[in-house]
Parts: sequence; C-alpha cells; structure tokens
Amino acid sequence: MNLTEMNLFQQAILTASAMVMFMSFLLLSQSRVISTIHTFAAQSVLIVLITGLVAIEERELHLAWSALLTLVLKVIFIPWLLHRIARKFRIQRAADIMYSPALVMLAGGAIAIFCYYIALPIERYIEGITRPIVAISMTTVMLGFLILITRSKAISQVIGFMAIENGLFLAAVSATQGMPMIVEIGVAFDVLVAAIIFGVFFFQMKESFDSFDVDHLNQLSEGDA
Amino acid sequence: MTALYVALWLTFGGGGLLALTGSRPRLTHVLNVLITLGTLISTLVMARTVLDSGALLATNQQFYVDAFNVYLIVLTAFVGFTTSVFSGPYMTHERHKRQIPAGRMRLYYLSFQGFLGAMMLALSTNNLGILWVALEGATLGTVLLVSFYRTPTSIEAAWKYFVLCGVGIAQALFGTVLIYFTATQIGLNADDALLWSHLSDRAHDLEPVILSIAFVFILVGYGTKVGLVPLHNWLPDAHSEGPTPISAVLSGLLLNVGLYAVVRIKMLADTALGMPETGYWVHMPGYLMMGFGLVSFIVAGLFLHKQQDIKRLFSYSSIEHMGLITFAFGMGGPLATFAALLHMAVHSLTKSAIFVTVGHATQIAGTQAIDRIRGLYNTQPLVGGGLLLGTAAIAGIPPFGVFTSEFLLLSATLEHWPWLSVMLLMGLGVAFAGLFRNVQPMVFGEVPEGQQPVRTNMFPVVVHLLLVLGLGLSIPDALAGWFDQATLLISGGRVL
Amino acid sequence: MDQQWDLTGWLLALGQTLALMALAPLYAGWIKWVKCHLQNRRAPSIFQPYRGLNKLFHKRPILAENASVIFRMAPYILLGAMLLAASAVPFVTTHLPTTAVVDMIVLVGYFALAKFFLVLAGMDVGTSFGGMGSSREANFSAFAEPAMLLVVFTLAMVASSTNLSIVMQALQETGLVLRPSLAFILAALLMVGLAENGRIPVDNPATHLELTMIHEAMILEYSGRYLAMVEWAAQVKLMLYGVLIVNIFFPFDLAADLTAPALLLALGSVLIKLAFMGAGLAVVETGLAKMRLFRVPTFLILAFMLAFMGMFSHILLEVA
Repeated sequence: MNLTEMNLFQQAILTASAMVMFMSFLLLSQSRVISTIHTFAAQSVLIVLITGLVAIEERELHLAWSALLTLVLKVIFIPWLLHRIARKFRIQRAADIMYSPALVMLAGGAIAIFCYYIALPIERYIEGITRPIVAISMTTVMLGFLILITRSKAISQVIGFMAIENGLFLAAVSATQGMPMIVEIGVAFDVLVAAIIFGVFFFQMKESFDSFDVDHLNQLSEGDA
Repeated sequence: MTALYVALWLTFGGGGLLALTGSRPRLTHVLNVLITLGTLISTLVMARTVLDSGALLATNQQFYVDAFNVYLIVLTAFVGFTTSVFSGPYMTHERHKRQIPAGRMRLYYLSFQGFLGAMMLALSTNNLGILWVALEGATLGTVLLVSFYRTPTSIEAAWKYFVLCGVGIAQALFGTVLIYFTATQIGLNADDALLWSHLSDRAHDLEPVILSIAFVFILVGYGTKVGLVPLHNWLPDAHSEGPTPISAVLSGLLLNVGLYAVVRIKMLADTALGMPETGYWVHMPGYLMMGFGLVSFIVAGLFLHKQQDIKRLFSYSSIEHMGLITFAFGMGGPLATFAALLHMAVHSLTKSAIFVTVGHATQIAGTQAIDRIRGLYNTQPLVGGGLLLGTAAIAGIPPFGVFTSEFLLLSATLEHWPWLSVMLLMGLGVAFAGLFRNVQPMVFGEVPEGQQPVRTNMFPVVVHLLLVLGLGLSIPDALAGWFDQATLLISGGRVL
Repeated sequence: MDQQWDLTGWLLALGQTLALMALAPLYAGWIKWVKCHLQNRRAPSIFQPYRGLNKLFHKRPILAENASVIFRMAPYILLGAMLLAASAVPFVTTHLPTTAVVDMIVLVGYFALAKFFLVLAGMDVGTSFGGMGSSREANFSAFAEPAMLLVVFTLAMVASSTNLSIVMQALQETGLVLRPSLAFILAALLMVGLAENGRIPVDNPATHLELTMIHEAMILEYSGRYLAMVEWAAQVKLMLYGVLIVNIFFPFDLAADLTAPALLLALGSVLIKLAFMGAGLAVVETGLAKMRLFRVPTFLILAFMLAFMGMFSHILLEVA
C-alpha cells in the first residue's frame, strides 16, 4: 500500500514506529544515565501510542488493554523505579563510557539493514498497515542487544534489556495484532518481576562492589578461573 | 487430570506455605520433603493415566500431556523430591557456617518450590506462550538463589545468568510471535493459534519459510537456556555459585526443560518443512541442532581439562551432555530419539546425584577448589565412593545407563553419519580424560590438614545411582514401552 | 522538462537571483535583531549588515606579501558560486529555466566548490590561524557531506528525481502526508545547515575566539572588498539553506504559474516562512551553548544517522 493512499491515522502509526527506531538509535548514542531513562520512557510512550492507534484502527479491544498495561508498566513504573535507583545511589549524572561511539552507530545502521533483509520474507505474508513495522521491531530488538553489549553500567544494561522487551512487544502488535491476552499478561508479569529483581540486584551490587560498573564483574572467566 | 492440578497447586501453594514457616528450619524441611513427595505421587498417577489412555487435554485445552512430557514431568518431580531430601541437612550446615539470616531461608524455599512449579507448568502447558512465560519464570525464580550467598562472585554469576538468559529468551519470544503469526495466517483463531495440539494438527499447512525463521529464533533463545556452546557463558557460573541443591536442579532439570521446548517446536517445523514443495530446507532444523549439539559437546569436553573449581567442572559436563542430547534429537530417527530420551533421564539422575555428592565434598574440604580437595575416600568413604561412582556413571562406563544411551546414539550415528561417529568417540574420550584427571586425586589423594567428615544424607545419591545402574542393566518393559511411545511421537517411528 | 522558456521566465530567474542576493544581508540582520531581543540587548538596525558591507567595499584591501593568486581569486569564486546557486534554488516558483537545468547534486557541488576555495584561501597566507580554521572546516565537512548527500538521495527517492523543482512540485502535489522519512531528513538537514553555516552549536559567528573559531579563522587575513565579498557569500549561503528547507518541506503556496498574483502570494508566503525560520534559528542559538570542538563529529554523525534513518524508513515504510 502506498503511503499517500493511507489516511492520516495510518500515517501516524508508521511515523511513530519510525520514531521508535530512532529512539533506539538515540539510546545507543546516549551516555548519561538519566537521559537514557528518559529516552526509554519516550520510546515506551510511542509504543503505547502505536498500540492504541492500531487498537482503534483494527477495532481490537484487547490491544487497548495491553496498551494500558504497557503504559502503567513501562511508561510509569519502570522509569520511576530506575529514576529512584539513580537518585538513591547518586548516579544520575554519571556517564557510561563507550568505546568509539561512531563505530557503534555504524554497527547499528548495519544491523538495521540486516533486520530489514531478514524481515522481508515475513512481511510478504502480512496484510494491512502494520506490515512494515516488523522490520522495525526486529531492529529495536537487535539494537537492544547492541546496547547491552556496549555498555558497562548495570543500569544501562537494564535499559537495553527493557528496550528489547519494547521491540518484542512491537513485533507482537505489528505482526499479529497482539498475542492472546493470557500470554500478554504473563509476559507483563515477567517484565514486572524482572524489573523488581533488577532493583534488588542494585542493592546487592552496592553492598559488595560499591559500584555499578559491570566491569567489576569479571572474576568468573575461563582465563583464570 | 486432577493429578496435574494437585501437582501444580502443591508446588506453588507449597512455596507460599514454606515462605511462611521458613524461620523454623526443621518443620520447613519436613514440609518441603512432604510437598515434593506429594507432587511426585500425583505425577506418577498422572503418568499411569497417560500411558493407559493416551494424551490428555484439559482446562479449555490449556494443558496437554502426552508420553513425551509426562516422562519429563515425572523426572522433574522425582529429582525435586530427592533434592529436597538432601537440601535439609545441607542448608542447615550452610546456615551455621555462613550465618545466613532466617529471612533468606524463606526466599530459598519459596524460590525452590516456585522453580519446580514453573518447570512443571512449562512442561505441561499446551500454550507456547505460557511455555515461554513459565521458562522465563523459572529463570527469575532461581536468579536470587544464585546470588544467595551475596559474595561478589555469586552476584556476578547471577547478573550474567539473568541478563544472558533474559536476552536469549527474548529471541524465543520473537520466534513464538512468528509461530503465532503463521498460525493465524492459516485460519486458526486467536485463542487456539498458540496451542500446541492445534498447531501440530495443522502443522503441514504452516508456512515453511516463516516457521524456519521462527525455529532459528527459538533454537537460539531456548538454546541459551540449554547452554549450547556459543551461548553457554552463564551456565558454569550460575551452576557453581549458588547453593548446591540449586545447582543440582538447575543442571539436572532446567536444561531438560529448555531442550524440551526446542524439540516441541522442531516437531512442528519438521512436519511443515517436510511438505514436498519446500526443497532442501527439510532438514534445516535437524542440521542446526546437530551442529550446535556437536560443537557444545566437543568444546565443553575440552573445557573440562581447564577447570579448577569442582562445581564448574560438572557444569561443563552438563553442557557436554546437553550437547550430546541436542545432537541426538537433531539427527532424528527412532533410534537416535530413543537414545536422546534415555540419555535425558540418566543424565538428570546422575548429574543431580553428583551435585549432591559434590555439595558434601565441598563441605568436607571447606572449599570448591579442585586442588584443595584431596583424599575424600579416606576422610569419608561414602562421599568419596559416591563421587567416584557418579563420575564413572556420567563418563559413560558400563554398566551404567549413560553407557547404554551413548551406545545407542553411537550406533544410530554409525548408521546415518558414519564419519561423525569418529568425532563423537573422540569427544567422549576427551571428556572421560578431563573428568578423571580431576576426580581421581580428589578421591584418592593425600588427606590435607583439617578435613573432617560432615553429616551427610546420601539417600538421593544411592537411589539415583541405583536407578541409573538399573537402566543400564535392563530397562523394564513398562519403561521401555513408555520411551517407545515418546519416540513414536517425536520421530514418527518405533524402536521396539 | 520539455518546455519552451520565453523571456518572462529568464527575467524572473534573473530577478530571483538578484532578489536572493539582495535580501541575504537583510536576513542576517533579521536573525541578529531577533537574537538581540531574545537576549535582552539593544538590537542594531536590521539593515546594519548592508552598512557593514558598504563600508568594507569602500575600503582598500590589504594583502599579505605572500598571498598568491588563489587568495585573491577565492572571494570572486565564492560569490560566483553563490550567485549560481541562488539562480538554481526555486524561490517563489518552480517554473524557471535556471531551476529546470540544475539538480540537487549540482547545487551541493556549488556549495562544495565555494568551500574548497575558502579552505585553500585560509591556508594560502600561511598563518597558523588560517590553517587551523581550514583543517577544522575540511574535517567537519567530511562528516557533513555524507549526511547532506543522504538527504539528497532520500528526497530523490521520495520524488523519483534529483531535480529540485520536480521534488518540490511532487511534494506540493501530495499535500499533507505524514512521511517519517521527511521528518528525519528535515532534522538532518537542519543539523547540517547549522554546521555548514557556522552557527551555534558548531561555530559561533559572533566571536573571534581563537580556540574554537572555524569560519572566522579562515577569513582572518581578508580585508576591504575581499572581506565584504566573503561575508556576503556567507550570508547568501545561509539564506539559500533557509529557502531550501522551507521550500522543500513546506512547499505550500509556491507559484504554479507565472502570473503576478500567484507570484506575489508565493513571495509573501516564503518571506513569512523564512522570517519564522530565522527566528527559530535565533532561538536555537540563544538556547544552546557552543559545543566543544571534538564533539562536533558526534553531532554530525547524529545528523548522518538521521539522514540514514530517513532513507531507511522511506524504503521500509513508504514503498512497501
């Protein structure tokens, strides 16, 4: 379907999903802890927006519920929790040093193209306007991995983890108009528990390392184990 | 089917109960044993029904139990039971030595039962989405147990476990979404599209291209849980840093559940790709599994030689055996599948027995470092002997059951992939050497100063090893028939 | 375009070129005026740039002893390139003979030509500041140019042509369509525009701080009419970027035929849009601090990423 034949509603969905991908790139390039939290929250807002728009467009009531669930969990609860942790341990302004950010960004671009290539055969079977979003969701997932790999602060890794979750959610929305409700609830529950466990971890790390740098977590390796 | 509900309610409800009584160790221990015993009995009852009357569907088809998963459910309940027997005295010793507050004991029991329950749910559910949720739940349930001792290394291990498994399993969710997508494409309605029983009925209609992409995601995702080699980094850390009963269930059971999920999807993919028009993709899932399995098998065998920590040693041995089982499932065909099923069972039994013994051994020596554990046989013959026999069993010395399954697998390999059998044999040799060069001095070496006997509970070890021995000598008809039914389900052929 | 151009077309083209050249100092003055007001300072008249240029044109230029012919040639080439560029950018209408023969790549080429000679001139006299400015300018251009070209390619893909008039017509005809690709390349083009015109946060046009200046460092040795030409060229360049951005992304009211009412409407509309654009630039310059020099490549790489995302999302989302 050509973009010009769509109504403004559908164009908004596509634009928002492009913004989701942009947020992932932004997450990749940012180093300040606090700004990554904000970017993550913004990405979640976009996801809620897309879910809501698709729910209205496709007349799917249960998507509206999962949009609400995401709103509560990923726009409000998790950013709040991370914010609290950052404030409590005074790491809001801490920067996460990244080696050669330009190279990482280029790698991100390469990943985006690769995902587009992978998603082509899948998209062939999708009808409707959400079809191009599959590649974007896949890119978001893969960029989440890249964030996880390139960061050394525990809190940035959490953000990467949650960005992956966002991508998966977008995939479910775009490819299949959401998963069955029971699965959605289960996944949301897992994310919630994961967020809480992350919170517990920060306290444990603080106790034993006095730092959130995962570079301290290097005693267990095959080299000298 | 009631038996299944009893089992699930017992584990989840029991976890809550134990969290309440956690501050009173003796009572909690007895309750823990009773709960797992109840679970075991109810799963046995369920197995009986399944074997007599075929696969069961229940609760709006949300649960599905056939010969394949009921066998894993019973295995899980059994190892859960014996481990709970062992964990009482072990945790008492640890509590006194490391001064663990009572609150954390509540966490321990809650997580232990929650973990068992999550695995039961993963095994018995018919819904691929719930399967994912339950597997992720099993990870979440054990993460805080891995960092139980709050030492820097244990926190590191738990972090790695959490992040790597979380990331890995995200891939599996993507694969699940894709499967759901193809299922809705062929007209299954939204509620049925993730139910395995429906998918398997319509598997030949599923779109092969999408299913093969989905399978790759699933294999990588759940493969992380299984500890297949490029994705195995978290496994030795997590298995070696937590309390030993947890290592036993992680190594003996969780890996099986991950593999179970992969095999379920492979069954779908095989049917869908087996349609005539798909060309050479037919064996893609099998080849992928064989490749991953073989690499894990060989690499882990080599790593065995480098280990300096006794629990890491046996963790790598777990990777090695999971590699072997993955390879066998990947090869497909009745004989290899039969061997894989048998190997899953004997490996779980042997590995949990070994971890129980290792737990006692580390308490005797007061360390996990291999070169500081010496002369166990002289200090405490039962522990030393148990370790030696367990290692002999896992290394595949006849007449233990591991030998039988490896022998079956070798014959299947010789039949279909003769040149791969050379690699298998070499790998087995390397692993054998790697285990014994480390275990032999620990059992027979000179006793160092200050090594003292501890209160032990060798009941699980004895039972497990006897079972493995029995399986090696002669498989009872009933059990063989059971395995045969499962083989028929997975590979479409019979051995017996 | 198989169209016969009559005299009106050529006259209009000449008129637009002259108008752009003439309005450029006014535009610079307007931006300065808004900025002063934003910063609570008393603003100079918005015609001040004309007075400045006038003064410089009447002064005798002083050349360094070792200045070569390149140094003397550069201002003429600069102004010439801008003159050509000004004729090629559709200002009030897309139906002009000059805009029909020139496409976006040639336009980028004009800008690159001007920049090349400016960089050479900066190094020509051999002072350390000149060389420093040239090296910085060349360095940042290396980052900005790919982003600029990606923007051009994306536009070309959207409109199936590299010709600016056709692109603008195509975008004007489709009306209001929310295109993710255009949103991204607009952002990228804005960032590149800031960098290419030496505005905050990349360079500060108002100071001669030796540690950070780029553009001012290159033209430090110029004086008299040469300096006037270089500065005028810079003002025209800024104006052209403004016209490009408003006419590509907001091409409403561009005159479709060459009648007086349509042209007047288009002129009014484009001037208002430009005024807003300039005010926006002043706001940005007031709100942002100049960034450290070694952060500039990161800034430009972000622009490149944005342009890349624009192209990518066009392929991904719009041509399915």
